[in-house]
Amino acid sequence: MTEEAKNVDIVVGPANHLGYSSFQLGGFEFSRDEYFVHIKWPKGKHVMEIDRFLRAMVRDIGWGFFYGWIFFDDVFGTHNHYGTVDIFAGAYDEGCKAAGIDYLETFTSDSVSKGFETISKNWINEGYDPLNAPMETGSPMGEKTRESDKPLLRNFIAAKRMLGLKGDVAVRSDETGHPINRAFADVPVDNPDIEVEPGFEGQLHAINLFDHIARSDVTWNPSISSATRNSLCCVTSEEHMLPVIHGNDRNEWFFQLSDEIHWKVQDKNTGRPRGIIVMKAGDVCAMPADIRHQGFSPKRSMLMVMENASPDLPELYASGKLAPYPIEF
Amino acid sequence: MAVQTRFGSLGSYEKGSIELNDDLKHYAFSNMFEVASKSKPFERVAVAKNIEYVAEVTKVDGASPWYVAPHDEFAIVMDGEIEFNFVKLDPSAAPAGGQGAKQLAGAPNGQKMGKVRGRRGHQVLLPAGAAYQFVSKSPSVAVIQTLLGPVTVERWSDICTL
Repeated sequence: MTEEAKNVDIVVGPANHLGYSSFQLGGFEFSRDEYFVHIKWPKGKHVMEIDRFLRAMVRDIGWGFFYGWIFFDDVFGTHNHYGTVDIFAGAYDEGCKAAGIDYLETFTSDSVSKGFETISKNWINEGYDPLNAPMETGSPMGEKTRESDKPLLRNFIAAKRMLGLKGDVAVRSDETGHPINRAFADVPVDNPDIEVEPGFEGQLHAINLFDHIARSDVTWNPSISSATRNSLCCVTSEEHMLPVIHGNDRNEWFFQLSDEIHWKVQDKNTGRPRGIIVMKAGDVCAMPADIRHQGFSPKRSMLMVMENASPDLPELYASGKLAPYPIEF
Repeated sequence: MAVQTRFGSLGSYEKGSIELNDDLKHYAFSNMFEVASKSKPFERVAVAKNIEYVAEVTKVDGASPWYVAPHDEFAIVMDGEIEFNFVKLDPSAAPAGGQGAKQLAGAPNGQKMGKVRGRRGHQVLLPAGAAYQFVSKSPSVAVIQTLLGPVTVERWSDICTL
């Protein structure tokens, strides 16, 4: 955080000829046309495809700004300080910094959350859900029609101990309104067999985790399936491309449970490319704390992410007390 | 077009690739089935490590020793079918602290809690303080979310693509 966090309300401007309002949050101005969002700040401006912008924005809000940096693209994004959030433009892009047009402003998390939600509501039309895979939803392009009345956000669903336990988050099923996704029509839906001796009812537990993932109606939207102390396993179904580039403030681990994802890896601070990782079913890979990564999943796939949610980690990595990679060998 | 979801197995897996202008050790890229295929039965080989937290891959072939941990653990069956047997340890035998699974010297004394049979994709709770055993009629694979402990095997140079 580089300055005192601003607690401000987003300013809503008049609707343009397409019906969409423009917005101002601190020094940032947001407007859209049929295809693009236009972002201005005191020293520069940027243009981005509207689909990508909305897909990134609803995830950023739903995740509570997630761990670390969420790059909407190589220029614009947010950095979570857990209570305050930086909105930045060009602050982690070598070209923008060299040109002197990089900009960063710090807000309270509540200001950014409310502001982004206001923009999303105004700019998302009925029939388009940015959390769905592109083949499963309508288009965000064109003039304003009718605002979507679907819930725009799906918050980061967090099992406290394990999915399906009494009093914990429910496992997805037909009954919860989650049919098997078309891309996982061949995934077995059988349940584990549990035989409990008298007196131990409720103490043994097992679920079909792959069935749970196969029933997710959203993509690139992880939910916690199990937690032991501060170790969280998060599962998610992935299709098309991760609409953000994630720069973590800690190490995390990816487990490819099915199919494959291609990960583009860049230096976190400069955006310089480091290469490509192709993860296939059964592969495990660390995502170090000094990179940003973006996934591309040709077919809907299952991914598990193991996170360490210890609250002191960002400071330990940022200060260099912990190496930005997980293992010395 | 018929859908085909690709899972891996001991008998059929294809490891991906890692091509980076960086030290590949920082990414510790491995494959659970490859690790299991090169492990002795019931070795618990770390494939992920977040400071004190680990994920261990184990090949289950026959009946394993008994284990217990002072915290919850979670096993996901990645290949085959595994039976998980549970025994409630006498309080004097239950671990009072520490972290990670430890192996018991023999079959535990205590009441049988029951059993779970899990197949590919099934996630099984290994409750804190309960002794448990893996049993499989044919080689199977599980990945266990736990903490680094006495039975965790670390051999990163052997399992990672470098």
